[in-house]
Amino acid sequence: MNRFLYFVKKESLHILRDTRTILVVIGIPIVLTLLFGFAISTDVNNVNVAVCAPHKTVSIIETVESLQHNTLFTFKGYIPQNEIDATLRSGKAGAVLVFDEDYDRILAGTAGSGEKAVQIVLDGSNPTVSASAGVYLSAMLNSIWGDSSQMDMIENHILYNPQMKSSYNFVPGILGLIFILVCAMMTSVSIVREKEMGTMEVLLVSPVKPIWIIIAKMIPYFVLSCINLASILLLAKFALGVPMTGSMAAIILISVIYIILALGFGLLVSTIAKKQVVALLISGMVLMLPIMMFSGMLFPTENLPVILRPFTYIVPARWYIDAIRKLMIEGLAFKGVLLEIGILTAMTISILRVALAKFNDRLE
Amino acid sequence: MISVRNLTKQFGDFKAVDNISFDVAKGEIFGFLGANGAGKTTAIRILCGLSKATSGSGTIAGCDIMSQSEEIKKNIGYMCQKFSLYEDLTVLENMELYGGIYGLTAKEIAARSEAMLKELDFGEHRNDLVGSIPTGWRQKLAFTVANLHRPKVIFLDEPTGGVDPLTRRQFWAMIRRTASEGTTVFVTTHYMDEAEHCDRVSVMVDGKIMALDTPSALIEKYGASSMDEVFRSIARNAVRNE
Repeated sequence: MNRFLYFVKKESLHILRDTRTILVVIGIPIVLTLLFGFAISTDVNNVNVAVCAPHKTVSIIETVESLQHNTLFTFKGYIPQNEIDATLRSGKAGAVLVFDEDYDRILAGTAGSGEKAVQIVLDGSNPTVSASAGVYLSAMLNSIWGDSSQMDMIENHILYNPQMKSSYNFVPGILGLIFILVCAMMTSVSIVREKEMGTMEVLLVSPVKPIWIIIAKMIPYFVLSCINLASILLLAKFALGVPMTGSMAAIILISVIYIILALGFGLLVSTIAKKQVVALLISGMVLMLPIMMFSGMLFPTENLPVILRPFTYIVPARWYIDAIRKLMIEGLAFKGVLLEIGILTAMTISILRVALAKFNDRLE
Repeated sequence: MISVRNLTKQFGDFKAVDNISFDVAKGEIFGFLGANGAGKTTAIRILCGLSKATSGSGTIAGCDIMSQSEEIKKNIGYMCQKFSLYEDLTVLENMELYGGIYGLTAKEIAARSEAMLKELDFGEHRNDLVGSIPTGWRQKLAFTVANLHRPKVIFLDEPTGGVDPLTRRQFWAMIRRTASEGTTVFVTTHYMDEAEHCDRVSVMVDGKIMALDTPSALIEKYGASSMDEVFRSIARNAVRNE
């Protein structure tokens, strides 16, 4: 056991000496979480609004005037109907207020029922901004009309991202990604570096059992991951105000399982790769990409083409991110994520078994 | 100290090591020569327990190479042609690590590394990162570190590759000193002038040992003027290349 501690010390020194890497590893999760934190800030100011009006009637001009006086909006001028899309696409405006031809008559209630007085067209590529802009614009129009019952005269129409995903859904995604980055990528690179340098040979000639060499390598990364877990959870809770009403014990348990799984992936990659670059590429392409695409981190898995959907079931990150989302945002209790815990545990055990078998194979 | 009989390592149809036998005595410097691809590295890997022989038998420090590789590992030191210390650790930390791996106590490690640093006259650099030390010094340190646990046999796989002539001489002085203290040294090298420093040498060609004797006896036998000529006349018949 004493020998083992010498190894852990050595691995820790490797990491601590590499200041740049450790800063990146500790810093990236914090930066990512904060970045997404600012993205979900609902203080949306200076929404650029263009107006499309067939005829400039007095009531329309009055409405535009109050728009101009409102500090939340910046009036970007009148545009013709056929430029709505171009204006939004070019980013000149984030919202377009489209007045109906019969605006005055609808307001007066003399038009046929079901007619909308105003259409608000929003650029949904930034869901938070467009959601807020929509709400602000509706509120402003209502205050002008002075009657909330006329709310149904506005038709909200969101382009480009109809799902309006809330951004703090990203916190689980960040967790899912970071552990693969820290554990799988760093562990595999660190093992392959020893192979490349020739120091692995020297270690294998020593009386230390290979399995202990590997475990010693994993421990510092495990600790690093726990630091990351703590920092992201704290930031999510206190800086971003993510609800986190679910079981904290379950969040930690499932994260630890997922971290061990990522370490297993790292070991597996290290048995395949002969060069550090290869290890980096495999972890980057083979591990990270599926996480981004198939885990529901960026796109809801429901939106994937049917053919690709089965792939999501074999991506561990999908189960992890799902579970964390349930625990953090939906606030489920421990038993709400038993399925995910079970699947991740099974995946962890099989990955470790394959990795260890391959590792021993390679030694022969 | 080392005794090998009919050792063979086969990869498919390819006999990397073909039926080799030799003995090395305690305190002897044994030169293990051969061109690239002759099977030297495979043979060393078997002796160190990194690889299992297909057939044959042997003992190192009284332990059987087929069944007691764990025991053997405790009794040998190993230094390979690639640099074997950690560049991002200091000299002392490297010594501590290797001492620790071989089960020395903290006290033993401290005492031995101090003594060795003093012998090398390198004490003032003990807290320097190995990466900042010139190659020649690193090789000497790597040798020292491989010796830290006082192994009965030390395997050196091309220890002087890429090292300047002066450092090579110093290195061989260290090897001789270690051998005179009773450690068996098993060394491979490409430099034939170095082979003349060995007590006995073997020349491996195509997985077989084609010659085995003292350097002077070999020079006489082949009517050559140096080990270099001996080696070339033996290796001329090699079929394998790389």
